Amino acid sequence: MNDFLTSPAGVLAITVAQTLALLVPVLIAVAYLTYAERKVLAAMQLRKGPNVVGPFGLLQPFADAIKMLMKETIIPSGANRLLFIFAPMLTFMLAMLAWAVIPVNDGWAIADINVGILYLFAISSLGVYGIIIAGWASNSKYAFLGALRSAAQMVSYEVSMGFVIVTVLLCVGSLNLSAIVRAQETVWFFIPLFPMFIIFFVSTLAETNRAPFDLPEGESEIVAGFFVEYSSMSFALFFLGEYANMILMSALTTILFLGGWLPPVQMEPFTWIPGPVWFALKICLCLFTFIWVRATFPRYRYDQLMRLGWKVFLPFSLVWLVLTAAVLKLTGWLPA
Amino acid sequence: MSGSSHMASEAGPLTTAADPAALTSATGVARQQRTVEVDSHTINFGPQHPAAHGVLRLILEMNGEVVERADPHIGLLHRGTEKLMEYKTYLQAMPYMDRLDYVSPMCMEHSYVLAVERLLRIEDQVPERARVIRTMFAEITRILNHLLNVTTYALDCGAITPSLWGFEQREHLLEFYEAAGGSHYHVNYFRAGGVSRDIPRSLEDRIGNWCRQFPKFVDDLEALLTENRIFKQRTVDIGVMTAEQAMAWGFSGPCLRASGCAWDLRKSQPYEIYDQLEFDIPVGRHGDCYDRYLVRIQEMRQSVRIIEQCLARLKPGPVKILDNKIAPPKRAEMKRSMEALIHHFKLYSEGYHVPEGATYTVTEAPKGEFGVYLVADGTNRPYRCKIRAPGFAHLQAMEVLSKGHMLADAVAIIGSLDIVFGEIDR
Repeated sequence: MNDFLTSPAGVLAITVAQTLALLVPVLIAVAYLTYAERKVLAAMQLRKGPNVVGPFGLLQPFADAIKMLMKETIIPSGANRLLFIFAPMLTFMLAMLAWAVIPVNDGWAIADINVGILYLFAISSLGVYGIIIAGWASNSKYAFLGALRSAAQMVSYEVSMGFVIVTVLLCVGSLNLSAIVRAQETVWFFIPLFPMFIIFFVSTLAETNRAPFDLPEGESEIVAGFFVEYSSMSFALFFLGEYANMILMSALTTILFLGGWLPPVQMEPFTWIPGPVWFALKICLCLFTFIWVRATFPRYRYDQLMRLGWKVFLPFSLVWLVLTAAVLKLTGWLPA
Repeated sequence: MSGSSHMASEAGPLTTAADPAALTSATGVARQQRTVEVDSHTINFGPQHPAAHGVLRLILEMNGEVVERADPHIGLLHRGTEKLMEYKTYLQAMPYMDRLDYVSPMCMEHSYVLAVERLLRIEDQVPERARVIRTMFAEITRILNHLLNVTTYALDCGAITPSLWGFEQREHLLEFYEAAGGSHYHVNYFRAGGVSRDIPRSLEDRIGNWCRQFPKFVDDLEALLTENRIFKQRTVDIGVMTAEQAMAWGFSGPCLRASGCAWDLRKSQPYEIYDQLEFDIPVGRHGDCYDRYLVRIQEMRQSVRIIEQCLARLKPGPVKILDNKIAPPKRAEMKRSMEALIHHFKLYSEGYHVPEGATYTVTEAPKGEFGVYLVADGTNRPYRCKIRAPGFAHLQAMEVLSKGHMLADAVAIIGSLDIVFGEIDR
């Protein structure tokens, strides 16, 4: 048996099993995130939300999925067929790929690599390609505008996100995600780095194209933006990708600032609850905030969004980075 | 583009002067000198666009995200209302009015009814109760309209919650419509000489209760928008219209008042019982999208004041003119009186005849000055009915308002102008 586990086939089998064990819950979470979003939004908007399909509308995500599958895939005559179909696949793949390094519990990561955060950053940067390709391949002005907006937005917010992450890394001394969580055993980073936490959260909103930064799909301006020409499963893949990214970014926020799988206090009743549950709860908290923000705020305009990114967040995060470094150096708290 | 062509022409002589052998590549230089003109691109905004407020088709010439030219196309909802009315009796023409600005149906009826009354010379004979009811419902309609506008305007700016909150309040108001006129939307309730029937006894209390809770709702709505930084960034100094400009473009209603011009027909040439009521005219200062929003919010608060005063003034009495040549007799009377039966038959087949004459009657509709130019030739049908829709004048300013702004601003401007195509296309 042990021979099998170390043989190439065995390693492959284990990896596949691990991947499924992670991705299936993630996909179910995506399905129920759409449901939760609709329910939470409905509650905030004085209406009921889905309540017909199944008890409390709980089967609604599946009904939607089946509907999407049944629809015809329409490819516009002017579109670049290959890229048009490739773009949603890319978006979805990238959204799934990133999960490889996320530690759900101590040691529970498919790939606990030492450059985990860099890997995540690289993957999320690639995400913009799916959108640009979709916008370009659609051969539609609305889609093109959406793609341009998205490209500009993602690039500008990744810069400030990068600085926030560097600040966290300074405090940890490692790029390994599990190490980042372990470093928060005494205090979660959102307390000492509170302004950075806020910047990071707002940047994740922008990064995932969520309100109030949902310009790439700004419904009232460019209809649906980059995926305006998409239908059926190709649309669904974008949709799934977007929601998977939301969960991913919440997971990242949890890992960087909210102590990952750690309980709030290292004490008896809290430590009984397993780490993954804490992890999931914290993700839910972040996601709820995502939805809450969506229900509350109007949308930024393109230039205002750029201004916020480059003229407010970037200098601010840079200053905080220097400040953090100085404090760590002067107090001697800098990790070895 | 002129910059790059300039550089290319400089590069040309330089290469030829430096190296005579480069003369062979003269064609290459010529090719370099060709400049590429970057065209602005046009966007077809609507008529199926979610922010087109109905069937607006806006041809936007854009330079990147900046609007260079906005060309509104109209006519997609043209139904020939004015012509159709010439082939209907005065009474049968009423329902067309509801369908003009379908967001504020009763205010549309109001202008028409007043015009017919003026031609019939019965303005003084309309019973007091009918006047109060009409004023009250005109103000309810104003709130209906502003609620829809302000909240969908917020929706255009990306705030999704206000519209759903607003719809609940609208639903209450539409229930009052239903209680009074029997229909939820196109009520066809006003009549020349009064209203079609009295309001149910319980309605006064219901409206009173509603009036008490509504200011709280406006507060909640304002909490989401008025001081919201993003909303202010999206609307302040966007689509600015000075008072002079606004008057030159034929603006009226909240759009004019937002520019700082305190012009309200309810005050300047009062009709119905407006001269006996106490209310203020909210006036903006900058004439931008934000002021247009603020004016509408304040107008809703003022309308509640008016409704409350109307409720206090509601005294029992007839709700339509007693002249059976114009208003139908009571049903009970028709069982007894031959004459009443004949009146009823004549009214609902031939209709009443309106003496020769012409009138331009205006009311302060929620969107602005809504006028009906009615020409009567002494028959039972209007000879001509020209409708002056405020939205038409507002829409034509789309170009000046949105020039140089971004695409998202154009959307906000459309929202702030309060455009409904029913009245624009007619």
